[in-house]
Amino acid sequence: MKVVLQNLTKIYPSRDKGPDVIAVNDFNFEIPDGKLIGLLGPSGCGKSTTLNLISGLETPTSGKIFFGDDDVTNLPPENRGIGLVFQSYALYPHMTVLQNIMFPLENFKGKDRLSKEEMKEKALEAARLVQIEPFLERKPAQMSGGQQQRVAIARALVKRPRVLLLDEPLSNLDARLRLQTREEIRRIQRETGITTVFVTHDQEEAMSISDQIVVMKAGVVQQIDNPQDVYDHPVNLFVASFLGTPPINVFDGEVRDHMLYIGEDAVMKVNLEDRKVIVGVRPEGFILDENGPLCCKLIGVQVMGRDTSVVSSHPASRNPTVCSIISAENKVAGDTVRFRLKPFKTVLFADDTEETLAYSVLE
Amino acid sequence: MEKQSLKGWIYLLPALAFLAVFMIYPLFDVLVYSVEEGYNSASQTSFGIGLYNYAYVLHDPYFIQALKNTFILVIITVPLSTGIALLISVGLNSITKLKELFQTIFFLPYVTNTLAVGLVFMILFKKTAYSDGLVNLLIQSFGGTSVDFIDGPYWAKMFVLCFYTVWVVLPFKILILTSALASVNPDYYKAARVDGATKWRIFTRITLPMIAPMLFYLIITGFIGAFKAYSDAVALFGTDLNAAGMNTIVGYVYDMLYGTGGGYPSYASAAALILFAIVLTITCINLLISRKSSVV
Repeated sequence: MKVVLQNLTKIYPSRDKGPDVIAVNDFNFEIPDGKLIGLLGPSGCGKSTTLNLISGLETPTSGKIFFGDDDVTNLPPENRGIGLVFQSYALYPHMTVLQNIMFPLENFKGKDRLSKEEMKEKALEAARLVQIEPFLERKPAQMSGGQQQRVAIARALVKRPRVLLLDEPLSNLDARLRLQTREEIRRIQRETGITTVFVTHDQEEAMSISDQIVVMKAGVVQQIDNPQDVYDHPVNLFVASFLGTPPINVFDGEVRDHMLYIGEDAVMKVNLEDRKVIVGVRPEGFILDENGPLCCKLIGVQVMGRDTSVVSSHPASRNPTVCSIISAENKVAGDTVRFRLKPFKTVLFADDTEETLAYSVLE
Repeated sequence: MEKQSLKGWIYLLPALAFLAVFMIYPLFDVLVYSVEEGYNSASQTSFGIGLYNYAYVLHDPYFIQALKNTFILVIITVPLSTGIALLISVGLNSITKLKELFQTIFFLPYVTNTLAVGLVFMILFKKTAYSDGLVNLLIQSFGGTSVDFIDGPYWAKMFVLCFYTVWVVLPFKILILTSALASVNPDYYKAARVDGATKWRIFTRITLPMIAPMLFYLIITGFIGAFKAYSDAVALFGTDLNAAGMNTIVGYVYDMLYGTGGGYPSYASAAALILFAIVLTITCINLLISRKSSVV
C-alpha cells in the first residue's frame, strides 16, 4: 500500500498570544508500496507529529493523506488500518502477552468478528513472526525490553495493517539490543511487505535499515533520499551535520581563482566562482600527508582498533576541534599534523543560505 | 552489621516507646478489661475472668441495633461513594475547561468541619414547628407528603445518615481517583484507540484494571472508616443515639464509657474488640480479593 502525503500541514494554535507553532509545514511525499521509510530529525522537528497525522491520532490543519487511492485524511485511526508501535510500547501491563496481541482482534465488529479460536490462531501467527511464542503467558513486566518491543510489534501486526508505524522503536533499548532489534524490524518488514514508517532521532538507526530517509528540521522536510545519498550528497549544512558520527567537520572557507582555501591553506582546486563558502569534511575524508595542504594543530590521538581518531584544531574550524579518522597503521606525532582531503568526502555550502553548492568538488 | 542494627533500634526507640505507651498498653488493657467480669471502676476490682462481658454485649438490644446500623451504613455507603467518586473522577478527567474549579468544589466538603456539615444537613432535613426543612418543601412541591428525616421513621433517618456519609467521604475518593486516572500513561489510550476499542471497552479493559490498586485501597479504607462511624451520627441526631435508634458500634462503646448510664469499661472494651474482629475479618477478605484479582 503506498502512502501519499499531500501538502500536509499541522499548525498548533499558540497559547498565551505567542506565535502559532507550525509542527509540519507543507509535507509532500509518496511512500512507495512495501518500503521502510525513516523519518529523521532532532527533537521538535515534527517527525512524531507527521507519524501521528498518518496514524490519525492527530488531524492535519490542511493537506491530504492517501493510503493507496483511499483518502484517509478524515478517517479516525481505528478505520485506517494502521498498526502503531509506541516508544513506550504501551503494552497493557495487566494482560498477558497473548491477551495483548489478541486485544486488537477483539474489537472487530459485525461481520468481521472472529471466534476465539480464529483470534488465537492469528495471535499465534503474529507471535511466531516476531519469535515470542515461548512467552505468551507472561506479563509484559516479566520480559526484557527487547521482548516487549517484539510483543508491541506483534500487536501492531496482528490485524494485518495496511501501514505499520513505529515511533522511536529502539530508543528504550540498550546498545546491543538496539542493533539486534533493528535487524529484526528489517526482517519482519521484508517478510510481511507492509509499508512501514518509523520515526527516529538516531541517524545511525535510520541509515542502517531504511529504504529511504526523510530528514526534517523545524517542520520542514530537508531531504528525501536513500541513506547513502543523504550521507554523501546532503542538500544543506543541516543535513550534513545531522548525519554521521563523529559529525562532519565544518570550516569557513573561500574560493579564489578556482582554488578552495580553508583559512590560509589552499586545499584543492574547485570549479566554482569566487565566493565565501562553508566547507564540510567527513571525518573519513582526511588523508595523512606530510606535504598535505591542511595544517592542523595536534591535540590528541586515540587508537580504536582498526581506526585512529586524530583530534586537532584549525583556526578556520567552526568547531573547537577537528576530528579525523584514519587507518590505525598511520603513526601520528609532533605538534602539527597535515592532511590532504578526499574530494568526494568534501562538501561546499553557501556561506549565507547554507545550501549545498557542490560535492565531489575536484575539477 | 550488629552495630548497624543496634543503631537502627536506637533511632526507632522514641517512636517505639510512644507506641508502646499509647497504643500497645491500652490495647492490652482493653483486652484485660473485656475479660474481667463485674469490674468496678471505683474499687478497681472484679469477680473473675470470663467471657460474660461479650455475652452481655451481644445480647444487648442497643448493641444489636448499633451493629445493624453500622452494617447497613457500610454496605450502602462504601460501594455507593466509591462508584459516584469514580463517575465524577472520570468526568473530571475528560473535561479541560473549568477542571480546576470543579476539582475545588468537589474537594470542599473535605475541609469542612463534620459538625458544621451536620448543621447544614439538619437545616435541610429537619422538621420543626416553624418549617418542614428544605428537602420536605421540595418533596411537597412535587406532590409528596413530608417526612421527618431526623425524628421520623427509621428508613428516613438511615437515608439521611447514608446521604451524609457519602457526601463527606466523596472528596477524598475523588482526589485519589483523579490522580490515579491522571497517572495512566496516555499511550495506552492511544494504542487502544488505534486498535479500534470502543470507549466503554477502553474503560473496562484498560482504565479500570490500571486504577484497580487505588480502587481497592479506597474500598478497604472506606470499609474501615464506615465501621468506625460515630461523629456523623452525632452531628445529625444528637448525642442520645440509642434513643434515636441510630447508634453505631463506636457510639455504643462511647456510651458504655461516658454516656448516661455509662461507666462500664468492661462492656465497652468487649464491644470495641468485637468491632476490631469484624474490621479485621472484612479487611482480610478485601485484601484476599484484591490480591487474587491484582494486576501487574
